[in-house]
Amino acid sequence: MGSKVWQTLRLGLKSLLLHKLRSGLAILGILIGVTAVIWLVAMGEGVSYQAQQQIKDLGANNIIVRSTKPPADATRGGGFVIAYGLLRDDYERIVANVPTLTQAVPMREITREARYLDYVTDVRLVGCTAKYVDMNNLRMARGRFLSDKDLEDAVNVCVVGDETARALFPYQDPVGEFLQIEDAFYVVIGQTRSRTPSAGIGGSMAAQDFNFDVYIPLTTLRDRIGDMVVTSRAGSREGEQVELSQVTVTVRELEEVDETAEIIRKLLQRFHPVVDYAIVVPKELLQQAQVLQMMFNLLLVLIAGIALLVGGIGIMNIMLATVTERTREIGIRRALGAKQRDIVTQFLSETVVLSATGGLLGVFFGFLCHPAITGTRAVMSRLFPDVMTSLPPNIQQLEPRIAPWSIIAAFLISVGVGVVFGLYPAQRAAKMDPIEALRHE
Amino acid sequence: MKMAARVIDVHKDYVLKGGVTVRALRGVSIDFPEGDFVAIMGSSGSGKSTLLNLLGCLDRATKGQYILAGEDVSELDDNELSDIRSRYLGFIFQSYNLIAQLTVVENIELPLYYQGNVSREARARCLETAEMVGLGDRLDHRPYQLSGGQQQRVAIARALVNNPRVILADEPTGNLDSATGEEIIQILEALNAAGKTIILVTHEAAIAARAHRTLRMRDGLLDHHVPAEAV
Repeated sequence: MGSKVWQTLRLGLKSLLLHKLRSGLAILGILIGVTAVIWLVAMGEGVSYQAQQQIKDLGANNIIVRSTKPPADATRGGGFVIAYGLLRDDYERIVANVPTLTQAVPMREITREARYLDYVTDVRLVGCTAKYVDMNNLRMARGRFLSDKDLEDAVNVCVVGDETARALFPYQDPVGEFLQIEDAFYVVIGQTRSRTPSAGIGGSMAAQDFNFDVYIPLTTLRDRIGDMVVTSRAGSREGEQVELSQVTVTVRELEEVDETAEIIRKLLQRFHPVVDYAIVVPKELLQQAQVLQMMFNLLLVLIAGIALLVGGIGIMNIMLATVTERTREIGIRRALGAKQRDIVTQFLSETVVLSATGGLLGVFFGFLCHPAITGTRAVMSRLFPDVMTSLPPNIQQLEPRIAPWSIIAAFLISVGVGVVFGLYPAQRAAKMDPIEALRHE
Repeated sequence: MKMAARVIDVHKDYVLKGGVTVRALRGVSIDFPEGDFVAIMGSSGSGKSTLLNLLGCLDRATKGQYILAGEDVSELDDNELSDIRSRYLGFIFQSYNLIAQLTVVENIELPLYYQGNVSREARARCLETAEMVGLGDRLDHRPYQLSGGQQQRVAIARALVNNPRVILADEPTGNLDSATGEEIIQILEALNAAGKTIILVTHEAAIAARAHRTLRMRDGLLDHHVPAEAV
């Protein structure tokens, strides 16, 4: 039995080799379909992985409370100073009143100009506590991060981000050097490693790029810079008074996240008549992202499915032509004792050989997804650098991730397409009247 | 005498698209004893092709009985007829009808393949048959690499390989020059001498004369059935 199957396939291959160009084109149709499935799924997975990673970096067990600027006429304080956002008292209240909390990390961020010798760059100046580094999955490249003692003493030390270090200390180790912000000098005690930016969260939270940061103790920031930020805009000066930009609350269990967020909301409501804060729950974002991803994947599979369908129609077209052309051969085979079933098997095995070959080649090209995308990106950025830089970072940095299931599925579907689209031509061949077929010229 | 095939009062009607019925065979009865060598002659439209198709189990009679190798095959379905063809019949055609993409030995093998016999013995039998028709050194050639006479010898080997009860030859020399045609006829004569039953359709009297007996067909009837007034 096995040898008969083998012989059928071998003879099928032989007939296909008789028309190399025609068979090649049919294979190409399937190949493109299978490659499309693998590539599109890989890109979808890549985007999804990126998004989920960014959200995970925010921490699924975290609740992020951020200060947001309310409408202009609803702020505390008077004159040209607008006071809003989270207070240090809010932080104390959260720590004191939320039972499920394991840690809370307060943070204040402002944009400042940092200098070292002749080098100047805009940085995100972050006043934070020692826990900030772990909470954001930051890793140290050199030196150490801020310590509790640094906070207690409000010393002038700082930790620089990767890009900041590159901009200000291009040729040297920054640790031990003095970095100037406004009129104060800070000793650099460490440098963080490069890290992919985190996800932007709607209107309340822009994507955070940790690479242009300078970290100093929260207490030092309060002493040296204060809560007031004065900006000059169109001739008038405007002050903003914000005590804390963000408090990140971590809970022990994932199930406690929603409940804790509710407690914090109630707590803050009492002291903030105007809503000048936002509560962001990364866990919800993760779930939303997963749903979105599923729809996206479904769409990609649909597109790839259409590609395979077109390939299948190509195969059917070619097999119908082949059957007509080989009418006489069918007649001869029938006269020599071939049953209708034998004829079906013969033509079906030819289409399956075609589509499986296309499938295998498609899988091969599928694996070339990564180099192909990298190569395209390289060529594109050389030919159209403007277009490339204007693309969103998600696309610029897209790393396709080949999903093993997509390879198996694509291959099986390609064989399935061969069977489905080969069945009609094969049936047509088998149903021919042997006498008519023998007479066919 | 043991009969290789018997045709008993067979009729065959074709209904054309316009609804007109053509009576291709109008009651034919013949016996073919084992070891017979019969030539069937007749002009086109006489019904000889229809008779050959029926004898070859490629078609079924509208009425009447066909007994092949002791088995009544008149009521068999398409599947069973295919089986009968691969076991009891060998075909030799005017235009050789070899399959172009297959080698000599693969062509010879086909009837055994469709019997489901792809064993080592089957392959040995193919080689032996090829040897017998003088093609032992051309086994891996393709049909287009062979002369007409050689191709027809492949076809004869293919018709012999399943050890059939009846060999049906439809104008086997029609496409060949007379010298090559003579070779083919000699092979057929040798086969008949070895006991094979051969039914030969031809319109050449010289070829028909080589058979033991000749049947003439006219208007769907064998000549000895033709009523006197119709002649």
